[in-house]
Amino acid sequence: MIKTDILIIGAGPTGLFAVFEAGLLKLKCHLIDALPQAGGQCSEIYPKKPIYDIPGFPEVLAGDLVDNLMEQIKSFQPGFTLGERAETIDKLEDGTFVVTTNKGTKHHAPVVAIAGGLGSFEPRKPLLDNLSKFEDSGVAYMIKDPEVYRDKKVVIAGGGDSALDWSIFLADVASQVTLVHRRNEFRGALDSVEKVQELKNQGKLNLITPAEIIALNGDDKLESVLIIKISDAKEEILLDVDNFIPLFGLSPKLGPIGDWGLEIEKNAIKVDTFDYQTNIPGIYAIGDVNTYPGKLKLILCGFHEATLMCQSAFQKIHPDKKYVMKYTTVGGVSGFDGTKKEAPKAVVKKIE
Amino acid sequence: MTDIKITIIDRDGVSHEIDAPTDMNMNLMEVVRSYELAPEGTIGICGGMAMCASCQCYVLSDTELPEMGDDEEAMLSEAFNVKDNSRLGCQLHITEDMDGLEVELAPEEL
Repeated sequence: MIKTDILIIGAGPTGLFAVFEAGLLKLKCHLIDALPQAGGQCSEIYPKKPIYDIPGFPEVLAGDLVDNLMEQIKSFQPGFTLGERAETIDKLEDGTFVVTTNKGTKHHAPVVAIAGGLGSFEPRKPLLDNLSKFEDSGVAYMIKDPEVYRDKKVVIAGGGDSALDWSIFLADVASQVTLVHRRNEFRGALDSVEKVQELKNQGKLNLITPAEIIALNGDDKLESVLIIKISDAKEEILLDVDNFIPLFGLSPKLGPIGDWGLEIEKNAIKVDTFDYQTNIPGIYAIGDVNTYPGKLKLILCGFHEATLMCQSAFQKIHPDKKYVMKYTTVGGVSGFDGTKKEAPKAVVKKIE
Repeated sequence: MTDIKITIIDRDGVSHEIDAPTDMNMNLMEVVRSYELAPEGTIGICGGMAMCASCQCYVLSDTELPEMGDDEEAMLSEAFNVKDNSRLGCQLHITEDMDGLEVELAPEEL
């Protein structure tokens, strides 16, 4: 069981900055995120896009903002459970919480802060009738263990980096790899596009474009897919395969958090703007995941919400302690790793 | 100030004739949100970067629209429920030329 003071669900910019504000109050944090890396949307959707409304940064790339936040919180030694989705929450008799992920990792904390953004990122599933029937017998939306595909006949669908990269990788593993995409153009790194072209020319990869998979066939397991060429002729191809891997990117879903008994409005969690607490005392919601009158889904608003949340969390964790807010310019920043940052002392010297 | 008339058929099939401002630097996705014709959190998820297809709509009128950019074309090639007349609302900047535009919101991806 992982124990911490504030358990933060969501490692986007708001969740990361909450670690800093908590650290100033000597509270330790642990973050859970369904994605394999920190940064939330900033890392997953638009790392190379500039943001112009972070105070003090006339322009900053989303990916750089995440790197800076990670640097800023480093000395507070946050823990991370990445690649796992927060699934259930249990309130114990003493008022503390246990949050369990989809992989069974348990986290125990007196305060839970949901900084879940738009929700957890789930693979986008194509609209095919019997798709779910084959989810354990041939269809997968992400590749966890490439060895599963050794000497198998695999069809991949999609036109982005992951479709290209996995086609390249599996070309050496599987007995046959077919890549199906709705257009002739691919949206991926130039290297990957060229590599796929090369593999195609060598006959190591079967490329079918512009085309779409429209049906899945098989009894107990996937046996073939029906592909239709998007052209005037509408040629149909029945392809024998063992595995179908649709790679259409990820889309956010509020997911299991929606079933935690929290008050939901407009796909977001209602909070009190006094301290961003939800209807369940001890559970807070900050950043894009919350809503209140006047709410704006901006990173800078998430930073503010994280700051006020930490003050309230401190009171909840230490009801008997007196506290006044201290400026970092005055108090400096004392990390849990023993480091201390502070303003250099002014030198007083007499002028002769 | 100049408003144009746009007809938007929401996801429940209800038709709305609305006034869309041409001087507010708005796109079609934002107009839909401003009139709350689709619930918050189900449209404009990526904020308007052509990185999701939650604002996909079908253009029903023969209004002349700006050509698709690479981002929009790439996104629509990966989206679901795409038809020949699909566009991303976030890439359609409201201008006076769009007066009389009629669109239908594509179903929400589940």
